[in-house]
Amino acid sequence: MRIALFVTCLSDTLFPQVGQATTVLLERLGHEVVFPQAQTCCGQMHINTGYQRQALPLVEHYADVFADADAIVAPSGSCVGSVRHQHATVARSLGRHQLAQRSAAVAAKTFELCEFLVDVLGVTDVGAYFPHRVTYHPTCHSLRMLHVADKPLRLLRQVRGLSLIELPDAEQCCGFGGTFALKNADTSTAMLADKMTRVLSTRAEVLTAGDSSCLMHIGGGLGRLSSGTRTLHIAEILAATETGAGS
Amino acid sequence: MSRVFLGMPAHAPADVAALHARRPFPDAARDALADTQLRRNIGAATATIRGKRAAVVAEVDDWEQLRLAGQAIKAATMSRLAEHLQRLEREVTARGGTVHWARDAAEANRIVTDLVRATGADEVVKVKSMVTQEIGLNEALAEAGIAAWETDLAELIVQLGQDTPSHILVPAIHRNRAEIREIFLREMPGADPALTDDPRALAMAARAHLRRKFLTARVAVSGANFAVADTGTLLVVESEGNGRMCLTLPDTLITVMGIEKIVPTWSDLEVFLQLLPRSSTGERMNPYTSAWTGVTPGDGPQEFHLVLLDNGRTAVLADEVGREALHCIRCSACLNVCPVYERTGGHAYGSVYPGPIGAVLTPLLTGTPGNPSLPYASTLCGACFDACPVRIDIPSLLVHLRGRTTQERAEAHLLPSAEAVAMAAASWVMASPRRFAWAGRSARLGRLLARRGRIRRLPPPLSAWTTARDAPAPPAQTFRDWWRSNRGKQ
Ligand code: SF4
Repeated sequence: MRIALFVTCLSDTLFPQVGQATTVLLERLGHEVVFPQAQTCCGQMHINTGYQRQALPLVEHYADVFADADAIVAPSGSCVGSVRHQHATVARSLGRHQLAQRSAAVAAKTFELCEFLVDVLGVTDVGAYFPHRVTYHPTCHSLRMLHVADKPLRLLRQVRGLSLIELPDAEQCCGFGGTFALKNADTSTAMLADKMTRVLSTRAEVLTAGDSSCLMHIGGGLGRLSSGTRTLHIAEILAATETGAGS
Repeated sequence: MSRVFLGMPAHAPADVAALHARRPFPDAARDALADTQLRRNIGAATATIRGKRAAVVAEVDDWEQLRLAGQAIKAATMSRLAEHLQRLEREVTARGGTVHWARDAAEANRIVTDLVRATGADEVVKVKSMVTQEIGLNEALAEAGIAAWETDLAELIVQLGQDTPSHILVPAIHRNRAEIREIFLREMPGADPALTDDPRALAMAARAHLRRKFLTARVAVSGANFAVADTGTLLVVESEGNGRMCLTLPDTLITVMGIEKIVPTWSDLEVFLQLLPRSSTGERMNPYTSAWTGVTPGDGPQEFHLVLLDNGRTAVLADEVGREALHCIRCSACLNVCPVYERTGGHAYGSVYPGPIGAVLTPLLTGTPGNPSLPYASTLCGACFDACPVRIDIPSLLVHLRGRTTQERAEAHLLPSAEAVAMAAASWVMASPRRFAWAGRSARLGRLLARRGRIRRLPPPLSAWTTARDAPAPPAQTFRDWWRSNRGKQ
């Protein structure tokens, strides 16, 4: 299958290894990955902060860039959630009805990585090897907007050498929330503190999730504590093999 | 979408403080977060209710169908609200009740005060009611020299403690047993000095105190959970039975009801009486459901008044997206699952409606300029939507209100703020792949701030991030540059 990668602005600029791992993983499974170079950002930050008008060019840009793709895959539950649940609404609310239709069409073929692997490609064993203690945090948008349910766990369970440890109160929000982390920094930090307590209680070496943004938040807290638990995007674990992640 | 017109929509007036936050949410939250006792009390209580609710909801096979039914009934009712309200008025009047219409809090308070005065009473007993708090009725009555006694146990604790409620259903959720005991000993005339903090002992003390009130009061004031237009019947659901005492013993009953509480027929109630108890208290059925229709000679109150309150509701109805907030049946499930509420408690929201529903309903009622920080008091995690028995999409309403807030600020020339400038700049950069690639590369400059791959301090406004978290150092190569050198042009 020819898969268009939507790498997301955050992965592009701050976490290129996540995009690399996604590419390597999909190629290893025998698919052709293309990277439409004109892509930029889904506009989620603008929409969620109340800047719908400023988001509109980004919504339109996304629909243009990916119009011809067969399937679009992104390593982010929240960006896919925004594409699927917000793009058409924003276009419609600003009176752009044709764009709303185009956005809905592109959204229908946009997938989050884990959901794509399990639902579209039909694989749970991606041939990965990662001999570490890992715990998984289901990010809110993957969980409640996309309903990825236990798909990431099914993928992780097939990873050789990996011991999966359950995270207590896993479904509680980590407190990131985009600009919430800045606008309500104290509340965000309080939520982060509780999340870190749960993560540390698992004594896992690695905390993984399907969103670089939440991982940046939790990882930033764990790093400040020199806690000995690091964060990795689930794509990085699924891309890992006995010969290394191989980027 | 249909448009509903019920005259000029007006927002809730600013001089009734119950809906107007005195401080922005982030500031008020900061104080609450520092109160470890409060965080512990609320965390423990919400966890308990969450568990109970999850268990009883899981028992119902067709829960999702029930939610859809609830949502559909509400939407259909709201689209013909005026018609249903007029029907209600006719039916109540035909059965010996009197209907009053109140545009806002001030008018409602005036109506109730005059009605109480006309009876010659100087005190009233109250059934727990959100709407009378919304209009600040107790304060208004006090000014007129009329004492209002709360009879719900938790509400009584709040009233005696000269406190304000912090939860829709459990107004004293922020208090623990030891604190309640202290309040009773201090404020309850005739409380036994040997009173312990055993829940039963506390309940018995309150009972003795309340019994005196029930037996002397001649006037009662209530809210309503539902009103059935078809027959002009009002309903209150409760757990303790104290409300029923107020509804049956006094001579005069005055009910204040938000206009959105109406349902067309009795069969509509069937859905809500299943959804409400499981969502709110985690019970299969609520212990006391009281219904009354006009007056019945020789039985119960002989005089009945219904005050139908707008106070911003028609303005909410005029907002095609926001009107969904009027579907709320005040079960408080969204509060109990909200991670923000769990940490800050209800007072931080500065409104009688706290938590996720408060963060949308309050600014809708007052207008967003009256409460600009509330729509941002959420991470948009979506737990509230999943819990809501009538499927109110609170996260989408929050996003809608954020859009309204920035739009109104722009129109009032309050923008550009630093944030608006940053957002516009980001939009400009990200709308062009060339500018975006350039920006990604320049981010490498951030590496100068980093040590061992992490940044410990960022300049404002990003410094809010690094107070508690490291920031990642930008990589030496962006993804698109990696792609170009490893996968080539396409
Ligand atoms: S918004 Fe929904 S969950 Fe929240 S109080 Fe209202 S009905 Fe209950």
